[in-house]
Amino acid sequence: MNRFDYLRPASIAEAIAAAAQPGSAYLASGTNLLDLMKGDVVRPARLVDLGGLPGLDRIELLPDGGARIGARVRNADLAYHPEFSRRFPAVAEALLSGASAQLRNAATVGGNLLQRTRCAYFYDPASACNKRAPGAGCDARGGENRLHAVLGWSERCIATHPSDFCVPLAALGAVVEIEGQAGRREVPLEEFHLLPGETPERESVLAPGELVVALRLPAEAARFAAHARYVKLRERTSYAFAVVSAAAGLRIEQGVIAEARLALGGVAAKPWRARAAEAALAGARPDAASFRRAAEAALAEATPSGDNEFKIELARRIAARALALAAIGTPERLPALPASPFAPVPGAPLHG
Amino acid sequence: MARIHVTTTINGEPMEFLCEPQQSLLDALRNNLGLTGTKEGCGTGDCGACSITFDGRLTCSCLVLAVEAEGHEIGTIEGMAQGETLHPLQRKFLEMAALQCGICTPGVLIAARALLEKNPDPTETEVRFGLAGNLCRCTGYDKIVRAVMETAAEMRETAS
Ligand SMILES: Cc1cc2nc3c(=O)[nH]c(=O)nc-3n(C[C@H](O)[C@H](O)[C@H](O)COP(=O)(O)OP(=O)(O)OC[C@H]3O[C@@H](n4cnc5c(N)ncnc54)[C@H](O)[C@@H]3O)c2cc1C
Ligand code: SF4
Ligand code: FES
Ligand code: FES
Repeated sequence: MNRFDYLRPASIAEAIAAAAQPGSAYLASGTNLLDLMKGDVVRPARLVDLGGLPGLDRIELLPDGGARIGARVRNADLAYHPEFSRRFPAVAEALLSGASAQLRNAATVGGNLLQRTRCAYFYDPASACNKRAPGAGCDARGGENRLHAVLGWSERCIATHPSDFCVPLAALGAVVEIEGQAGRREVPLEEFHLLPGETPERESVLAPGELVVALRLPAEAARFAAHARYVKLRERTSYAFAVVSAAAGLRIEQGVIAEARLALGGVAAKPWRARAAEAALAGARPDAASFRRAAEAALAEATPSGDNEFKIELARRIAARALALAAIGTPERLPALPASPFAPVPGAPLHG
Repeated sequence: MARIHVTTTINGEPMEFLCEPQQSLLDALRNNLGLTGTKEGCGTGDCGACSITFDGRLTCSCLVLAVEAEGHEIGTIEGMAQGETLHPLQRKFLEMAALQCGICTPGVLIAARALLEKNPDPTETEVRFGLAGNLCRCTGYDKIVRAVMETAAEMRETAS
């Protein structure tokens, strides 16, 4: 790890001023940042610790049915908050499907949004990586790329965003509250992460020094509470990043889907909201045929970025599975193995 | 930057140490304070050998900076036994031989204690899910899981 200056400001204004200096990085819990620093992947000259800032660790359940979550709220505290998980069960399920008890206890909301890709070449300073060193090239293109993106990738970068949490947030229309030197602004989560294009080193809309202060779930997101699931396919049952994942929410009225939400994880450099699939589901019957049609619409534009064509059909199946599980209904208690694709879908063949 | 002075509480005792900004808490515990019960497996958050409690929360000490301990309460494996009296989990691990090389054991014990504090009556799936962040290359986990389940049963009996 490189040497750096360590600051622990006591006010948000002070933190923003310090972090706007070139070479600075915010330190939330460090479960991603310190790991990257240990590997010499990033070498900030100054760490601005958010640990001393007031007001960033509250979970507020709003009277209108929505919620506002401070940027330093720990992933575990949010997932195990009884009223929060009642209103937004797919968010709790996604949080609990990520990492380990140790890491969920530490990881913060802001850090989860801004975690970096798990592309192995990004992690290896000896490899060429446009994200780490703009213009250097992309060793993933001709290398080990089974798990890379199938949507929204560019010639410059084919990495995915690894967060589970962000997938239901995108589906539910969450909003990111940001504070910077120019004041406060709000950005829908769906627009918060950037696709790589020509500049894969730019991963979010944040300008230097800008701080995520909170995340808001709008009241209408709670209307999906009775039919909301997250499903995550991993290379082993627990404690691994998603190969592909899906968050689904349905509003079912008189046996028909009044409104649907669907987002995919592990397929692109951002959580991927599938609006075409949502449109295809509106007014449809909640059955296997509708879910398959929606899944096909969700992946209509997908193309392999390497040796990963299998992910496209896998993503369709996981999307259809998440929708089918959502249609059955949110379980009363979160399952002991959250988001497991091994959970049986009553009445459906295993690979539907 | 000069060395930083950190005042903290470890296993209930007030402690002070000097550290470099880039030292992990794991490194400071082992090398500055001589508390070598906490182990380093990976240094990257994957294995759980470095598990401690930070203000009562189970955490990986390899991904915490030592300076972040300022003003907080740290719990390590050295604080698990009360003097000569082992914690029921420690006793059960010995009794049931739930360890082989022992490198993972301090982390597993700290994580298992945190699990039982939250959920005194876990199912086997819940134990396996709760301890998924603790890798063991020797035991195949079976004896660990059984020892945790048996300790839970024993502790429930003692409590009732
Ligand atoms: C072994 C392992 C397994 C994991 N498995 C999963 C998994 O299955 N699913 C999953 O989703 N995640 C997984 N993770 C990733 C984990 O969720 C992230 O490391 C964590 O969410 C990051 O949060 P943090 O508070 O530690 O952030 P930090 O590491 O402190 O920060 C991460 C980044 O965010 C920036 N940042 C932090 N807070 C703010 C803010 N408020 N405003 C602006 N910038 C900010 C930092 O500058 C830094 O660039 C895993 C991590 C590890 C180590
Ligand atoms: S895919 Fe992106 S992150 Fe991975 S090596 Fe290529 S440029 Fe870097
Ligand atoms: S040494 Fe910390 S998790 Fe492995
Ligand atoms: S006993 Fe050897 S690693 Fe667990």
